[in-house]
Amino acid sequence: MTRKPTFVVGRNERKVDGRGLVTGRPLFVADVDVSGALVVKMLTSPHAHARIVSIDTSEAERMQGVALVMSHKNTPATRHTTAGQGYPEPSPYDARMFDTKVRYVGDRVAAVAAESEEIALRALAAIRVQYEELPAILSIDEARQPGAPVLHDEEDAKGIYDASRNIAADVDIDVGDAQRGFDESDLVVETTCETQYAQHTPIETHVVLASLDAEDRLVLRTSTQVPFHVRRIVAQTLGIPIYRIRVVKPRIGGGFGVKQEILLEDVAGWVALQTRRPALFSMTRQEEFTSSRTRHPMRVRVKLGALKSGLLRAIEMEATSNTGAYGAHGLTVLANTGSKTLPLYNKAPNAHFFGQALYTNMPVGGAYRGYGATQGYFALETAMDEAAEKLGIDPIEFRLRNAIRTGEGSPIFEKLGEGREGVSQTVKSCELERCLAVGAERIGWIASRGKRARSGARVEGVGMSIMMQGSGIPQIDMGAATLKMNEDGSFNLLIGATDLGTGSDTILAQIAAEVLGVPLAKILVTSSDTDLTPFDVGAYASSTTYVSGMAVQRAAEKVRDQIIEVARPLLGASDEGVELRDGRAVATSGAAVTLARVCERAMYETDQFQIGATASCVPTESPPPFLANFARVAVDVDTGEVHVLHYVAAVDCGVAINPRLAEGQMEGAIVNGIGYALTEEMQFSSRGRVRNPSLFDYKILGAMDVPKIDVVLVDSYEPTGPMGAKSVGEIGINGPIPTIANAIYDAVGVRLHSTPFTPEKVLDALDRKGASIGRKEGKGER
Amino acid sequence: MIRLTVDGRERSWDASPGDTLLDVLRREGVVGVKKGCGSGDCGACTVLLNGRAVNACLVLAARTNGDSVITIEGIADGERLHPVQEAFLDVGAIQCGYCTPGMVLSAVGLLSRNPSPSEAEIREAISGNLCRCTGYVKQVEAIQLAAARMRGES
Repeated sequence: MTRKPTFVVGRNERKVDGRGLVTGRPLFVADVDVSGALVVKMLTSPHAHARIVSIDTSEAERMQGVALVMSHKNTPATRHTTAGQGYPEPSPYDARMFDTKVRYVGDRVAAVAAESEEIALRALAAIRVQYEELPAILSIDEARQPGAPVLHDEEDAKGIYDASRNIAADVDIDVGDAQRGFDESDLVVETTCETQYAQHTPIETHVVLASLDAEDRLVLRTSTQVPFHVRRIVAQTLGIPIYRIRVVKPRIGGGFGVKQEILLEDVAGWVALQTRRPALFSMTRQEEFTSSRTRHPMRVRVKLGALKSGLLRAIEMEATSNTGAYGAHGLTVLANTGSKTLPLYNKAPNAHFFGQALYTNMPVGGAYRGYGATQGYFALETAMDEAAEKLGIDPIEFRLRNAIRTGEGSPIFEKLGEGREGVSQTVKSCELERCLAVGAERIGWIASRGKRARSGARVEGVGMSIMMQGSGIPQIDMGAATLKMNEDGSFNLLIGATDLGTGSDTILAQIAAEVLGVPLAKILVTSSDTDLTPFDVGAYASSTTYVSGMAVQRAAEKVRDQIIEVARPLLGASDEGVELRDGRAVATSGAAVTLARVCERAMYETDQFQIGATASCVPTESPPPFLANFARVAVDVDTGEVHVLHYVAAVDCGVAINPRLAEGQMEGAIVNGIGYALTEEMQFSSRGRVRNPSLFDYKILGAMDVPKIDVVLVDSYEPTGPMGAKSVGEIGINGPIPTIANAIYDAVGVRLHSTPFTPEKVLDALDRKGASIGRKEGKGER
Repeated sequence: MIRLTVDGRERSWDASPGDTLLDVLRREGVVGVKKGCGSGDCGACTVLLNGRAVNACLVLAARTNGDSVITIEGIADGERLHPVQEAFLDVGAIQCGYCTPGMVLSAVGLLSRNPSPSEAEIREAISGNLCRCTGYVKQVEAIQLAAARMRGES
């Protein structure tokens, strides 16, 4: 295919918001003047499970400087979900602003708004709460016990699969007959992998500033990924009309999924409405761990059946997800564990995916980059590695024989969608084979695999894995864009899309600039303000480039056509072709006119009108990006430490609108993934309290902990995407766990089935394998 | 009352005994300095205190009387950005930008005492600045580029 050359798309443009960020301009929520704002603080539950017998707030209310004390007694009781998803949300309505029951250590009990943080904290300490402690469920196994305590015994909850058995969500889909597939197979491999509690740790914690505007409308300046969902869910929770709320997302300090949740806005909004004062509500770092959201820990069992030829006959995947005390994203994360993994191996004619999301008295799961696929790929790619070895086939070759290719589909696409049926689709771009070739070469696969190079107690190994993700949620997600032209030939681009730091404002502007034939500087971006910008579901599901990007492209094409019509008389070009480039409308004859002149005519001279357009995109498919991961690790057989020495990720994300920003998405996701594989773990007391709620005790990787990382953007073109683009936001985080696990196996011959891969677990596995011979002699055995 | 120089300007600010330098800077409108943890673990509040990169959340404001503080708001020369800032823009080292002020100041502090740092020295200098977006790859690259430019090499 010959592609049109591009001038702005595909270039490493500077971020449109970069200068303000690098000079420390007041761009974040709490950077505006908050000196007159009330400070809101939350009293949280010390118990994993308890009924609130009584709350006495009288002393707190009497304190000087206390403006409002909130509890279940004086706040709206509407059941809702905190999950910022499209309407109707696929998450159960099982949360209240303040409930009469607490379901995890860190759950909301009461809140205070006061003149200062100090007063607010003193007032919290003066609130007397009497609890009736209830037996607690601290694991998915306990949740399954007959007679287990019931978390959601309230009568007004909606959308819970089976509250009496603590099952928030259930999924069960079949393709063909998996059992028959296993019966026909020469080899059956089964493996179970477990993932831990982990937190997103955006460097800016959750924060919102609520105030009333001159017309007493509620204005929420908030650090969110989903401004339009915030507006809708706060309206629902507080019982006020949507038109009385404006949500503004300024620059925000990272999200990674945890800000796809409405955690503070309802309370801050209530304070502003009740007191008519601005209210600032932010989470401390500790609260970010104890009371925000986490990745859903999961146990995933995968069973593969294969023929000697290396073709899969059946895949079965069973996922048991711990959704914590509330069912936020419970169903959809669970469904994604299957829907984002199983289509990858479409050569298996039989597949069965089933699982449940269970309530426990633990912190609440939420959206987290990867969204279930991360958990699923650990088990799937571990099992694939095992099967390849047992079949005696190179793991790259085994995957290639079974992987989906351009022109192919998978029945899973249709059977399993966003917590309901999915959408049938055919893959139109897939460069997986080249990703594998490039990655294998970079890591030195052939020279290193199985060689177990040893230096002292350190043994090296290489491992690999492949994966796919999606690009938005087909037939659900929507993005919209408005473009209007100014008389100097510049354009305002108004987008609901939500830049979390990903660079979406920049790449969406690049798309507009490309279509309109102007430099990037001529596109002025306003984003994520529910009063000013058209609707967009927000930043999740790897949707923005593909969905919002297509909306921008369509809006820009409409504007381009308007410009050309206005330019025709100026060019004396009634029939011939006219195109936009270098800030001009240029006719085939060579006659040209500046865009400023065109706009001047439209704005001031003849048949005046505003050149501008709005367009939307609701995608009909979700083209997967593809990724091949390779890692070289060294395992210290004396200490059990795993060192990642080199990580290579070759990705097919379609055309990278801004290659450096695309690489940055991959690099950040990989490092988060390596942390998740090796060091990050929320630890709990026997009563369900988080024991390590700080960045000192919860170890995310710093600059010295990071290995050499090579990201390769493999050339690709997605015909349904804007300018040929697919997504790149999430996929990279899925790679490190299975890739490192498979590399550890290559090095020392043990398979780890639970993350993080701590030295203790490595040593345990070595001991259990009786690998002491290998450790002494420097040779492993398989 | 404390007197100190912030970004080249003399300031006299009220400070309570428990106030940290971070508290006072943000309260007085120097909001380029960010707060990520309040316990010295993330480095988002890094400033140069008498030329040395420190976590402003760990410094008691009362102890900074007579000191010189440089923040992200004070390293550009008017319109002209500091070479580290330019390099961060050029290589795509900024994502959300919340760790950027602290990261940039750690780099500026490093380059002021070591114009030719190795990659390991760069990584060590920013090891107290946590970033969740970038994986540090492009930040290290940006600091290398800035160092080369400041040496007049590119």
